[in-house]
Amino acid sequence: MAEAPRRAAPVVEVRGLVNRFGAQCVHDGLDLDVFPGEILGVVGESGAGKSVLMRSIIGLQRPTAGTIRVFGEEVSPATPARTLALSRRWGVLFQQGALFSGLTVAENVQVPLREHLDLSPALMDEIVAYKIAMLGLPPEAAAKYPAELSGGMRKRAGLARALALDPELLFLDEPTAGLDPIGAAAFDALIRTLRDTMDLTVFLITHDLDTLHAICDRVAVIAERRILATGTIDQLAQLPDPWIRDYFGGPRGRAAARVAAPA
Amino acid sequence: MAGVEDTAGPTRFVPGAELTITQAAEFERQLAAAPPGPLVIDLSGVRTIDTVGAWLVHRTLRDRPGSAVMGLGEDARRLVAAVAEADRPCALKAPAMPLWRAELEKIGRAVLAAVTSLGDGLAFMGTTLVAMARAAVSARGIRWPSVSRQLEVTGIDALGIVGLMSFLIGIVVAQQGAVQLEQFGAQIFTINLVGRATFRELGILLTAIMVAGRSASAFAAQIGTMKINEEIDAMRTLGLDPVEVLVVPRVLALVIILPLLGFYASLLAVVGGGLLSWAYLDIPPASFVQRLREVVPMSDFWIGMAKAPFFGAVIALVGCFQGMQVEGNAQSVGERTTTAVVQSIFLVIVLDAFFAVFFTAIGFV
Repeated sequence: MAEAPRRAAPVVEVRGLVNRFGAQCVHDGLDLDVFPGEILGVVGESGAGKSVLMRSIIGLQRPTAGTIRVFGEEVSPATPARTLALSRRWGVLFQQGALFSGLTVAENVQVPLREHLDLSPALMDEIVAYKIAMLGLPPEAAAKYPAELSGGMRKRAGLARALALDPELLFLDEPTAGLDPIGAAAFDALIRTLRDTMDLTVFLITHDLDTLHAICDRVAVIAERRILATGTIDQLAQLPDPWIRDYFGGPRGRAAARVAAPA
Repeated sequence: MAGVEDTAGPTRFVPGAELTITQAAEFERQLAAAPPGPLVIDLSGVRTIDTVGAWLVHRTLRDRPGSAVMGLGEDARRLVAAVAEADRPCALKAPAMPLWRAELEKIGRAVLAAVTSLGDGLAFMGTTLVAMARAAVSARGIRWPSVSRQLEVTGIDALGIVGLMSFLIGIVVAQQGAVQLEQFGAQIFTINLVGRATFRELGILLTAIMVAGRSASAFAAQIGTMKINEEIDAMRTLGLDPVEVLVVPRVLALVIILPLLGFYASLLAVVGGGLLSWAYLDIPPASFVQRLREVVPMSDFWIGMAKAPFFGAVIALVGCFQGMQVEGNAQSVGERTTTAVVQSIFLVIVLDAFFAVFFTAIGFV
């Protein structure tokens, strides 16, 4: 196991997580820490339980056993009021963006502001305007409906909504899936810039090796129903596990490493 | 705590220790309450700041020329710079047009939509008939497994609710008839009322309305969701005709099931009426049936049965047509589903009126 770069108290602390659906066991005694200010990439085979892990952490999924602490407080669907209060401190970008299709982009971003805070309409409009600009969306996108946007713009709009309340922690589920390489690279750069400006901690599920090399500080590998290993990509690539070797040492992994190396 | 210190020169403004989104409303109020003119914002006491706090600082610097900020920490400097860069004009709403023009446009759109949807609907009916004919003569034939599945969902699964409804309607009709006819000592004619009204009109019409509510909505929602998921496009690329695969079985199923459901509904309405007559008018079941056979002509039954397949076809066509019209988002599915139910019920009633006139005109009464 690689040493975590910081010894600060973890933002997310998962201990002994068990998730079982009928006879199928997705997680069995999974432990994971996410430290403040880092971008943690989570990788694993399709169906290994990456999304289930994320859903468990954000309280959408009741684990069979185990504890999950975020910002030092326990998250559990059993205490909806506390989880709701806690959820204002994190933002989530779902795989398809999950924008409300009946609202414009601006209205989508305003939803959390309207629901949780008592801000003047003028200030809310200004917040939306600068958030949209910060996320690199063109000004005319604000009045459009999600169906009128391209895939990349929809992801950016989803991220704008996730960041509406200025969260400290950001969950991203395959943010670059379905984007063209240029759009994906721009999105990676955006995530990194936002992390640096807004001092975010990022939990990032991805299959995109370029994303892993470009922006992740640490990578956690889910396999065999638990976290098999965590560490930097270089540390992971040294491990003898065949799946990890194939993942980072396969043709795509090597190509991504070559691209990342000169940078 | 925040406060305004009025010394010589520009006003000094000291916000609280937390300059974040949760304090933003308060901070904005305090800034608005500060005397006009340049401000000096002292951030040296600020422990946490986020983009919203930074935005308010930036906005003050922008809107009050001559203002300055002091005591910026590293975080605050970075965030203020970031929001200043993102301060670009941004139209949040589509440009609004005058009310009279908007209303006029709405009316125009509605008229246009009514005309085009009439045309499209007729075209859809034609397409379906052609697809049905083509399927019937093709090697593969009509998709009977699909038809049978739809028969189950639209027919068998509806038996409970349709039966209960008809039974209760039978009771209501008989009870109302009995009360009124009793005044003339003609309570025996309750049987005529129940028998003729249910077999000729009510049994079929109410069944059609119930099926329109259950199945037209289901068809529109199913096909609409498939359309959004691009399943319809996927079918086309695989060489499948969505009309043949989705629409034809549904239309056939309702054409087959509606007469059967209507007959079943009429029977239960008669049972309801018969039970009420027995309890309320002391007409024993045997006499009720005897009298029913005397007063209800076979033509009533045939008229009801003749109408039912047409009702079924209209309901299925409207439901599937509206499903195919879904575009874009989840809201559209909802709107089209509503339209499917409203239109199919409306068309069933129009068709029923048409049949009433038609059968009278040809002397089939």
